[in-house]
Formats: sequence, C-alpha cells, structure tokens
Amino acid sequence: MSKIIEVKNIVKKFNGFTAVDNVSFDVEQGEIFAFLGPNGAGKTTTIKMLTTLLKPTSGDLNIDGQSSITNQDAVRKSFGIVFQDPSLDDELTAYENMYFHSVLYKIPKAERQKRIEDLLKFVELWDRKKDLVKKFSGGMKRRLEIARGLLHHPKVLFLDEPTLGLDPQTTNHIWTYIKNLNKNEGITVFFTTHYMAEAEKVADRIAIIDHGKIVIIGTLAELKNKTNTNSLEDAFLALTGKKLRDEEVSSEQIMRQRRGVFRH
Amino acid sequence: MSTIYILWLRQIKRYLRSRSRLIGSLGQPLLFLVALGFGFGPVYQKAGEGSYVLFLVPGIVAMSILFTAMFSGIEIIWDRQFGFLKETMVAPVPRLNIMIGRTLGGATVATIQGLVVLILASLFGFHPVNWVMLPLAIIAMLLIALFFTGLGTAIASLLSDMQGFQLIMNFLIMPIFFLSGALFPLKGLPTILNIVVNLNPLAYGVDALRDSLIAQTYFGLGLDFTVMALTSFIILAIGSYLFTKIQI
Ligand SMILES: Nc1ncnc2c1ncn2[C@@H]1O[C@H](COP(=O)(O)OP(=O)(O)O)[C@@H](O)[C@H]1O
Ligand SMILES: [Mg+2]
Repeated sequence: MSKIIEVKNIVKKFNGFTAVDNVSFDVEQGEIFAFLGPNGAGKTTTIKMLTTLLKPTSGDLNIDGQSSITNQDAVRKSFGIVFQDPSLDDELTAYENMYFHSVLYKIPKAERQKRIEDLLKFVELWDRKKDLVKKFSGGMKRRLEIARGLLHHPKVLFLDEPTLGLDPQTTNHIWTYIKNLNKNEGITVFFTTHYMAEAEKVADRIAIIDHGKIVIIGTLAELKNKTNTNSLEDAFLALTGKKLRDEEVSSEQIMRQRRGVFRH
Repeated sequence: MSTIYILWLRQIKRYLRSRSRLIGSLGQPLLFLVALGFGFGPVYQKAGEGSYVLFLVPGIVAMSILFTAMFSGIEIIWDRQFGFLKETMVAPVPRLNIMIGRTLGGATVATIQGLVVLILASLFGFHPVNWVMLPLAIIAMLLIALFFTGLGTAIASLLSDMQGFQLIMNFLIMPIFFLSGALFPLKGLPTILNIVVNLNPLAYGVDALRDSLIAQTYFGLGLDFTVMALTSFIILAIGSYLFTKIQI
C-alpha cells in the first residue's frame, strides 16, 4: 500500500489564533479515513489546506506525491470534494450545476448526460433537474452537492460532513454508494464528521481531532484497545474528557439547516 | 477552451435570468439621458456647442458599460459568500482560464448592455453620424468592458466581503465616471481637472466612442485605442495574478 495523503506538521493560524496545531497523519491508498471531532476542531481548515483553497502557516501536505502548496494544479487533478458549506450556483438549474461541473472536470462528452442523469436519479432530483437551485430546500441542495461531487471519479474523494442535515435513510443510501466506489474503483475516501456512529460504521481508520490537535489515530479496535474502552464514545470521552453529541452542532449550523429545510 | 466557454456561458445565463437587474440597469442611463440631456440641452445649445443629447449618448453608453462591467467583476465577492467560488477554485483547470472565462463573460454582458443603451438612445433620435464607424464603437465598448471587468476582478480578489463595496462605489467608480468627460467636453478644463481626466482610462473610452459615433474627439482615436488596449492588458494581468492567489 502507498500513502496517497501525507500531512506533516501542519499549522494554520488565523490572526494569531491557531486553528490547526501541528497536525501530522497519512492516509493509505484505497482507505476510508475519518476525521472525527467537535465543531471548530479544525477539520474543515485541514481539508481546505489539502485541497489548495488555503495556504498553511507552516508544514507540508501532499496528495498522490504532489504538494498542495507548490504544485496546486497537479493536486487539483487528483481529488474531488463535497464541501461542508454550500457551493452551488443558485441562479443555475440543478442540471446546469451538474453540467458545469462535468465540463470543468473534463468528463467525456459522450458520458456526461448519462452520468448526470444517473446521479440526479440517485439523489431523487431528476424530476427537478430544470428548477433553479435557489428554489431547492436545504436537504435537496445537500443531495445535489453530493451528486455533483460524485460525477467524476478522482483518486481521492474529500467529504466534509457530507451527511449533515440528511435523514438517516438518505445517509445510508449515499454511504452505500460511496463504499461501492471505494471498493470497486479503489477511490480513497477522506471524510469528516462529528457523528460517532458514522465514523464507527464507515471508516477503516479514525483520527480524533480536538482543538486543532490530533489526539489519536487508528482503527476502531485500536482506539478501543489503547483507551481500554468498549465503544468509540467511551474512547472519545477518555481521550478528550468530553462527550461528542449532536447538540454540539453549533446553533448557527442548525439555524442554517432549518432555514434551508423549511424554506419554500 | 471548454473551461473558458462554460464560465463565459455562466455569466451570460446569470445576466439574462436576472430580469430585474436587466431592467433596473437601463433605468439609470435613461434617466441621465432625459434629465441631463434635455435639462442642459438649451444651455449647451446657447453656448454654440450643438445638441447636448447627441453629445451625451456616448458618455451614457460608457457609463452603463462601466457599471455593468465593475459589477460583473465584483460578483466574485458574491460567489465567495454564496460559496460557488470554491467549486471553481478546486477544479482541475488553471485558475487563469477561470478568470479569463469570467472576465470575457462579464465584458460581453457589459457590451450588450452598452448596445442596448445605444438602441434606446435611438428613440431620442440618436444615430451614428457615420455607420461605417459603428464596428469601431463596438470594439471601444468591448475594451471599456474588459478594463473594468478586470478592475472589478482585481479588487474583488482582495476583498472577502461586501464591506468595502460602498467605499469602492463612492471613491472609485463615481469619480471615474464623473471625471471622464462623459458629461462634459474636455477642452478648456482647469489644469488640475485636466490632469485627472488625462489619467482616467474611461476618458479615452468615452473619447473613442464619441469619435466613432458622433465624430468628435479630444485625444484622437489612435491614442484612445492605444491607451485602452494597454491599460486593459495591464489590469487583466494584475487581476489574473490576484485571482489565482485567492484563498477561501
Ligand atoms: N477564515 C477564518 N478566519 C478566522 N478563523 C477561522 C477561519 N476559518 C476557521 N476559523 C476558526 O478555526 C477553527 C477551526 O475551524 P474549522 O476548521 O471550520 O472547524 P471544524 O470544521 O472542525 O468544525 C474554528 O475556531 C474557526 O472559528
Ligand atoms: Mg467543518
């Protein structure tokens, strides 16, 4: 196995506040790797640095042997991403958003339509394909973001809290799809979550991150072993001294979701 | 190529879809034409300068291009806030191409806007004195549009929210417009004003439009186009550089 993501001593400071504090880890090719931590732990900031959106204050990051700092164009060819925050064009239709992506990601013309259709059907938005995205509810937008992220098949797929705000059924449905991609095409999956169950169920290895620092990395069994506990929840408690609950989702995030879900 | 095209297309679609913006952006030039054109018309005529409306039309065309182009450039701030900018910034294509596509799209939209104003002006009896020169006028419009979309892009690349927007409006866009000769003839200005006008890229754009549409010029068409081409090139280079360095 080879290391497809390498992160060495990454630090990110925002005006003196250290959001990511000397983080190092590797992800093996073909792995499903989870970043588990409470809100504000530094998960999104780490993903932004890996995906060339943000420059670290210090440290090194590589994807597939290319530096996310000095070789951004090469790095951008190797990954796909579903962002935590909205990234759709509200003034375009669902189909146009997908099409735009397929052009940017150079999906062969002959395959574009079929792939877009398949994925829009998969997230149950095919009959809304001609609607402007601004008319969509929060959940629909989230599904569209995920469908768009799955249009092309990169070496590494980043998913930043992908299922936040989705119902359990849809969440399962989407994870089944992603796990298949991982198994059949060997796509490495790096996802962040603050749901224990999600990390437990889906990830090959889990890194727990808190206050910008990685507390522990390992398989579920290793985490439980090292902390002498029986569940991820207890392991988390033992390591960070606190519980990780859904209530910890910031009120801002909940507000955003509610606004999205009940609008319309 | 396909990247540039799809980003260009996006700008066009967004423009055509925002009807309110489309109509709203025609109200202002119309108001200027009617209020200033007919308001100052008699005084202008008495001063022996001919028709003020005729004189004003190229200036108002330049104005609507200036505003539309600046807004297109500054739209990057909206895209950043609504999140769409991320989608383009992680794409496996050179950011330069993204910037070029956006800018060409914005410039196209602004040029169309200028043409629409020109057509509206024909309702007031305006027409080019020499139709052969019309293509030159359109090239001038495109250059004005390119310059100010590039300027908007450069500024927007440096800002992370709309906070500075009012400042830009009041201390950059408005002065550029009012000190360009869009509203008054450039000959015989006080020295300081004259210097400022000479340093204003829009002054050359307005002059080129006036020359090609109503055969009146101050700088001469050669200088107009040289200055516009050069300044556009420089600002687009700066804009591209800043755009590729955006962090989110
Ligand atoms: N652009 C920014 N400017 C200032 N602080 C930021 C910025 N982005 C993130 N932060 C801060 O960095 C910390 C980590 O944020 P983030 O990476 O989004 O956490 P997570 O994704 O784990 O919830 C938070 O305290 C957040 O407020
Ligand atoms: Mg986050």
